[in-house]
Amino acid sequence: MRVNFTVNGRPQEADDVWEGESLLYVLRERLGLPGSKNACEQGECGSCTVRLDGVPVCSCLVAAGQVEGREVVTVEGLAEYAKERACGTSCGTSLDEAKRWAAKGHDSQTGEGTELSPVQQAFIDAGAVQCGFCTPGLLVAADEMLEHNPNPTDADIREALSGNLCRCTGYEKIMDAVRLAAARQGEAV
Amino acid sequence: MDFLRPASWEEALAAKAEHPTAVPIAGGTDVMVEINFDHRRPEYLLDLNRVGDLYEWEVGEESVRLGASVPYTRIMENLRAELPGLALASHTVASPQIRNRGGVGGNLGTASPAGDAHPALLAAGAEVEAESVRGTRLIPIDDFYTGVKRNALAPDELIRAVHVKKADGPQQYSKVGTRNAMVIAVCAFGLALHPQTRTVRTGIGSAAPTPVRARIAEDFLNAALDEGGFWDNGKIITPSVAKQFADLCAAACNPIDDVRGTASYRRHAVGVMARRTLTWTWESYRGTTQQKGSVA
Repeated sequence: MRVNFTVNGRPQEADDVWEGESLLYVLRERLGLPGSKNACEQGECGSCTVRLDGVPVCSCLVAAGQVEGREVVTVEGLAEYAKERACGTSCGTSLDEAKRWAAKGHDSQTGEGTELSPVQQAFIDAGAVQCGFCTPGLLVAADEMLEHNPNPTDADIREALSGNLCRCTGYEKIMDAVRLAAARQGEAV
Repeated sequence: MDFLRPASWEEALAAKAEHPTAVPIAGGTDVMVEINFDHRRPEYLLDLNRVGDLYEWEVGEESVRLGASVPYTRIMENLRAELPGLALASHTVASPQIRNRGGVGGNLGTASPAGDAHPALLAAGAEVEAESVRGTRLIPIDDFYTGVKRNALAPDELIRAVHVKKADGPQQYSKVGTRNAMVIAVCAFGLALHPQTRTVRTGIGSAAPTPVRARIAEDFLNAALDEGGFWDNGKIITPSVAKQFADLCAAACNPIDDVRGTASYRRHAVGVMARRTLTWTWESYRGTTQQKGSVA
């Protein structure tokens, strides 16, 4: 079957989709967006977290056919999504741009690199990325929490990220990163 | 496999009538796991995401009519006053991502003995609104669970909503697991005080082939509260009554040994949760009655 939906602000079409296929599989294998990670395939680990009509969900548990006509934001579109949220414009991220997207970040010494969302930059600056596999899901979940809760308590952060597992067990640095992103967000306003 | 996409409730019922083997999918948090792991290859998937009615709820005089697909997140945010037990249970479901998708309709459809909503529904008192092209019926929650992952639905029926009695007194919910988030209950316990009828109702999860009530324990406690004049005098429940209630709740279990826990651990834990939730709810009841000045 064919599925038409919006990915990172741009309309996309996936063909030859099997009826039992997950949104995660469509994103990774049909649209070439491997940012959302495939680990447990049962909603336990959160590494496939995306926004579906703005709401964080495990894309491995969404049937591809269920996203027909709906809007998905993946980690590849997160920087643009955060930028639009900050400045109120809307241009989206093309599939090509999304595929080429790489987390170069600002070098804290030289300031070089592509633009990241504040939460992505905070993860780099706080040393919250170890093997990196859980990072995309954590970024999407953390960004969504900061969107509606700009001053989270530690309990708020733990709760918001409770569905994302880091098997490097780097949770303390991840907490630091989210606190840093929240603090920077507060300074910017 | 065919993917059926009804745009309305009527279309969904027609599709289910035409294809009784179709597996309804809403939040997908149970169904997609089975498909991803190749445990299930249904001939038809019946997507209910387009049926907007299923995402709405109405607060009535006596009860809340909760649409089958209302996500747990919405229940936690919006129905804490009316359905405190179910709101507490909802908060124990998995993680934010799962709570954003899953709802009570799916919990009932799957009818796992470990489903988090069941003890709260049993304790509060609820009816499942099942509908087919043949008509609508309300199934009392006590008659709904018929076996391990089996329920009273006919092959052509879909769950439209669940009618849960609004709380008329304190309710509590307790769940045992290895951590707070992302656990399937080792066992769970729901308790609701119903001061209007001067009764207590319970619900036990993950400690029998189906979710069950501890009816003998309820009868014992109802009689003990009545005899002692507790509902009126608001006294602390005597430890011997609490212990007897806990023992009878443990005795209502029919658990198994599995990877999550042993049968004897489950029985013990249900007793502990019964005593604790009774203490919590009764303290809360005493607090509210004393505020109203109805306690001498």
